[in-house]
Amino acid sequence: MFARGLKRKCAEDEEASPAYSLQRQSLLDMSLVKLQLCHMLVEPNLCRSVLIANTVRQIQEEMTQDGSWCVPVPQTAGRASRDRLVSTEILCRSAREGARPAPDPGDPASELQVVPAAQAPGVPPGGVWDGDGPRENRGSFHKSLDQIFETLESQSPGAVEELFSDVDGSYYDLDAVLTGMVGGAKSGQDGLEAFASTAAPPPSAGCKSDLGELDHVVEILVET
Amino acid sequence: MLVCQGPGIGSVTHKSTWALGARTKKGLLADVISTVEFSHSGDLLATGDKGGRVVIFQREQENKSRPHSRGEYNVYSTFQSHEPEFDYLKSLEIEEKINKIRWLPQQGAARFLLSTNDKTIKLWKISERDKRAEGYNLKDEDGRLRDPLRITALRVPILKPMDLMVEASPRRVFANAHTYHINSISVNSDHETYLSADDLRINLWHLEITDRSFNIVDIKPANMEELTEVITAAEFHPHQCNVLVYSSSKGTIRLCDMRSSALCDRHSKFFEEPEDPSSRSFFSEIISSVSDVKFSHSGRYMMTRDYLSVKVWDLNMESRPVETHQVHEYLRSKLCSLYENDCIFDKFECCWNGSDSAIMTGSYNNFFRMFDRTTWRDVTLEASRENSKPRASLKPRRVCAGGKRKKDEVSVDSLDFSKKILHTAWHPVENIIAVAATNNLYIFQDKAN
Repeated sequence: MFARGLKRKCAEDEEASPAYSLQRQSLLDMSLVKLQLCHMLVEPNLCRSVLIANTVRQIQEEMTQDGSWCVPVPQTAGRASRDRLVSTEILCRSAREGARPAPDPGDPASELQVVPAAQAPGVPPGGVWDGDGPRENRGSFHKSLDQIFETLESQSPGAVEELFSDVDGSYYDLDAVLTGMVGGAKSGQDGLEAFASTAAPPPSAGCKSDLGELDHVVEILVET
Repeated sequence: MLVCQGPGIGSVTHKSTWALGARTKKGLLADVISTVEFSHSGDLLATGDKGGRVVIFQREQENKSRPHSRGEYNVYSTFQSHEPEFDYLKSLEIEEKINKIRWLPQQGAARFLLSTNDKTIKLWKISERDKRAEGYNLKDEDGRLRDPLRITALRVPILKPMDLMVEASPRRVFANAHTYHINSISVNSDHETYLSADDLRINLWHLEITDRSFNIVDIKPANMEELTEVITAAEFHPHQCNVLVYSSSKGTIRLCDMRSSALCDRHSKFFEEPEDPSSRSFFSEIISSVSDVKFSHSGRYMMTRDYLSVKVWDLNMESRPVETHQVHEYLRSKLCSLYENDCIFDKFECCWNGSDSAIMTGSYNNFFRMFDRTTWRDVTLEASRENSKPRASLKPRRVCAGGKRKKDEVSVDSLDFSKKILHTAWHPVENIIAVAATNNLYIFQDKAN
């Protein structure tokens, strides 16, 4: 199972063993679900989100080194976000069968059950990402990813990043007004003026078309 | 809340003679306890809970006629410190849960403490009233105003004793200074200032001034998408008022000197233990995240708690800790499950005893661990009603990591991960400890010699 907390493979291995890839993929799926579940009424725990996002990045990096991770072709300008959804679905469709049930809170100490692949047992590392595997293999993870993209899709493509950096930027400015002032102005007027002058945040960098889709999702989620 | 307390004995860990005593009234608190803190003299013990309430216990004076109740803690004051709020800008609730309580050193008859939730810190004054004035001229005994024209004689009001009343009143509210969730507050040794730390920033306050705070640490990146590390805890040095430390989610501790610059973004010292490459896994970073940092009373050492261990650092050595104590190493093979059920993100606290010779921290299954630094002995004890008879010594517990389980051992798979002891406190002078187990408070003491 996940002996020693899912140790990384030995440096000598050229390719990750299928079992290890499976476990690693499960961990990745689980992490993405966790990040998505941060959208609650109460503000999500930033520390937890950052730690999960770092874990996702680590897995990604290792998968890239393995060759298990295909960096997608840079998106062309007019591409609809629906296309993104499809490509991510392919990326994230693991060699799992059926819906993986949500973690059972009643049995916290149970070992993670890794459901065996629907395809042949010896799935080649690159095989996870290509072809049309059975579309009905949508686990609970996949539904969550759908939800993520629903919320993102409602905005125009490319404006998504700007939307989030917008919220964050203005709040940061409020910060500067309220906290950064050493012996600063007591009068409300000064405070408001300072705020107004920095109220319009600079537009964020353009679409990160050269990053993996997963990266993109993860970063947006961390920011929120 | 259930409060269990009573006599215990002897050295901290040897033969573990901590024991449980008489119980106070049940049903005091329905909420999960979120912080526990002794006052500087140890005569008061404050607890904060998830519902925003603060309950303060006071130690009873020694009473010859009731020798068995020597030093029992009874409820002294209860008040609602924080209420739930709504942040309209972000459309998010602000929890009323009390994250931390810190006492101010006593300066007069009244007692002061700071309590904080995620966003707002409050200074509370707790004062006693045991006299009331009688015989006013302008009003009756029941408070009604008297008709001035009917007053024919003047009298001097007399102070008469009354039943002790303990009042808590909010004296200062320090608000609107934190964008992120406050995880620590720490009173400075100058008794005039204190710090408050959230995930990305640390602010310095003067206790008298509520509309202004100074930002002294800011690790927020210009682009939030580059965020990979947050502040997890912060504390002032117990004697040097210019020194503070803060820990991070990457397992590092930074010591800052406020004299070097106004913004302490550059640390004076950087404490990090090099990673052991043989035990590296995807969870390495998460379990290295420091959940608590505490200076020793002497000020020479500091202690950090990460997921599986407690480390003691010498402030003069940044390269590695001087001591590492394993809290529950048997969980290392279960990290994936603990990640799945989120337990791996639990933030355990740790504390020193008064002489810095022992340290204590909590674990799962209502277990807590004590380490004696001089004898290098450690013990696992359990805070639960079923296993603690009044006035009987606590029995040490053992967890069976694998293989054949011996009698009286608890197997790892039968541990209850919902029963976690995150908050513990040690009396500043005596061998009295307070252990919060969900919504129950346990107080264990030494037996009289």
